[in-house]
Amino acid sequence: MKRKRFNYIDMVLVGLRFAIIGVVLWGIAGKFIFGIGVDYTAADWITFFVSGLSQGSLYALIALGYTMVYGVLFMINFAHGEFFMAGSMSAAVLVALPLDNAGYLQAYPIISLCAIFLSSMAVSVSVAIMTERVAYRPLRGAPRLVPLITAIGASFFWQYFFRGLFGSSLVPFPKFEIFDGKVGLFGLEFQKIDIMVIVTSIIVMVALQLFVQRTRTGRAIRAVAENKDAATLMGIDVNRTITTTFAIGASMAGVAGVLYAMVFRQMNFIMGFIPGVKAFTAAVLGGIGSIPGAALGGLFLGVIEAIGPPLFLEGLGIPGAHQLKDVIAFTMLVLVLIFRPQGIIGEKLAEKKA
Amino acid sequence: MALLEVNDIHSYYGNIHALKGVALTVEEGEIVTLIGGNGAGKTTTLRTISGLIRPRQGNVKFQGEDIIKYAPHALVPKGVSMVPEGRGVFAKLTVEENLEMGAFHRNDRAGIKEDIEKSYEMFPRLGERKTQLAGTMSGGEQQMLAVTRALMSKPKLLLMDEPSMGLAPVLVDLIFDAIIEINKQGMTILLVEQNAHMALQVANRGYVLQTGEIVLSDDAKVLQNDPTVQKAYLGID
Ligand SMILES: Nc1ncnc2c1ncn2[C@@H]1O[C@H](COP(=O)(O)OP(=O)(O)O)[C@@H](O)[C@H]1O
Ligand SMILES: [Mg+2]
Repeated sequence: MKRKRFNYIDMVLVGLRFAIIGVVLWGIAGKFIFGIGVDYTAADWITFFVSGLSQGSLYALIALGYTMVYGVLFMINFAHGEFFMAGSMSAAVLVALPLDNAGYLQAYPIISLCAIFLSSMAVSVSVAIMTERVAYRPLRGAPRLVPLITAIGASFFWQYFFRGLFGSSLVPFPKFEIFDGKVGLFGLEFQKIDIMVIVTSIIVMVALQLFVQRTRTGRAIRAVAENKDAATLMGIDVNRTITTTFAIGASMAGVAGVLYAMVFRQMNFIMGFIPGVKAFTAAVLGGIGSIPGAALGGLFLGVIEAIGPPLFLEGLGIPGAHQLKDVIAFTMLVLVLIFRPQGIIGEKLAEKKA
Repeated sequence: MALLEVNDIHSYYGNIHALKGVALTVEEGEIVTLIGGNGAGKTTTLRTISGLIRPRQGNVKFQGEDIIKYAPHALVPKGVSMVPEGRGVFAKLTVEENLEMGAFHRNDRAGIKEDIEKSYEMFPRLGERKTQLAGTMSGGEQQMLAVTRALMSKPKLLLMDEPSMGLAPVLVDLIFDAIIEINKQGMTILLVEQNAHMALQVANRGYVLQTGEIVLSDDAKVLQNDPTVQKAYLGID
């Protein structure tokens, strides 16, 4: 073991840690002791928390795709946000809006919703499989920087491809009356759509966990993630397993695409960028490569984005604190990369590379 | 017809000419060993046979069929199985899941279960640790797992790459006893070893590989008494 030297950079980092803890505590004190900003009730805090969970489930669903692909290829698939966009936009323009115009959507909301989910997933999966086959597979074995740059290229390709298809103006998404408004639960009121998003995401994530742990294909994915040569020697078709991994990640992005559309109800060809980067942040937070990590990281990021501004940014006297949730997200990314690159429950990146 | 026939294979890593015309045969029921020093090309030979490396020249015949055209994963159902160098167990899978991976191409659930039980009979330690993650076991236990896992595919030919590497002498004995036992039950084995002493004791025939070329081949008994082999690989002057 090399003896740890205590140098200036360590001191700066320690200082940074205390500064951050200080700022957060200062903000919380400002809020609760000095009463700066709006005086929220307990019900308000629960509302923030639930809307954070809803947003966080979307991050989690997208983050799972990043983390699974990283698991098998050690590659950050920066085009993953575009898989999400492709499914969402296509399902909106080609399925949801026509169904709505025909009056079918409100008359048969559940059947319509199933059609929308399936089409979104189908498009996301197709785009992912094409990207993997054409842009990534030929570069297998190339230095790690090469597929990373290719992924950024693929990302731009799909953005402008869908801009060409659907134009650059905002596409509206129809409102589902059955998910509109609020619902009372435990004496509190919640947005129906938030509950719908959280429940759907939980179902999808539990299904994924069962799939990866219990099925033959799931076991093949875990084997390929660990040791490709050994997996090949077991008779596993590694390329096919990698394609399957992309497809599973993309199908979850497709689900997230529909949920996103239902919550925000307007989309365009660059809608994948911010959720993509946030989901990447969530995956890193949870420890990239770890499936439970990505789920937890997403939920954590969503909640901290929703609760952080009212909790400690307002208390610092910052006006319009709720607009700063992106600042919180990306500050988290930087802090995690500095202080805990292995993420909340992940293993060290450096060890995995070795 | 020999079970395995390797004819004049030339394998490369980029421009490095690692195998310069290796030829060997393995008859059904034999243990054949391939010995040689570090970097001689033993691993490259096995990786070429199992399809992980494609030779630029030469061919590999298994049961008379040229198998170079197959992807490596497609060779497993044909009956070629390998215990890779460094064991290659899946550290984050349990012992039992590792064994199930070995049977990946099989569909006979009952047969797979039976074979898993047989693995535990061969190495009771594996049975005791079946729900443990493979990565938490000792090197010797991992080697037992790697060997039994390779058998789970019901191969006709077992390729083993330095199964004694890094093991304490007691465990080396245990693994070699298992090799003899597996062979007695009818398995054909191509055994790569740096531990020439042990390998020549269990093998019927042997080949000596030096910088990518076979320099000697004979019955194992003859090689054991060959002065050059004794000097170079058995530490006898
Ligand atoms: N991945 C690789 N890249 C380049 N050269 C390699 C690689 N693997 C092995 N070699 C070279 O090929 C030759 C044979 O190696 P190998 O088959 O591993 O030998 P052995 O198993 O007998 O120790 C050596 O000279 C080694 O340096
Ligand atoms: Mg070797």
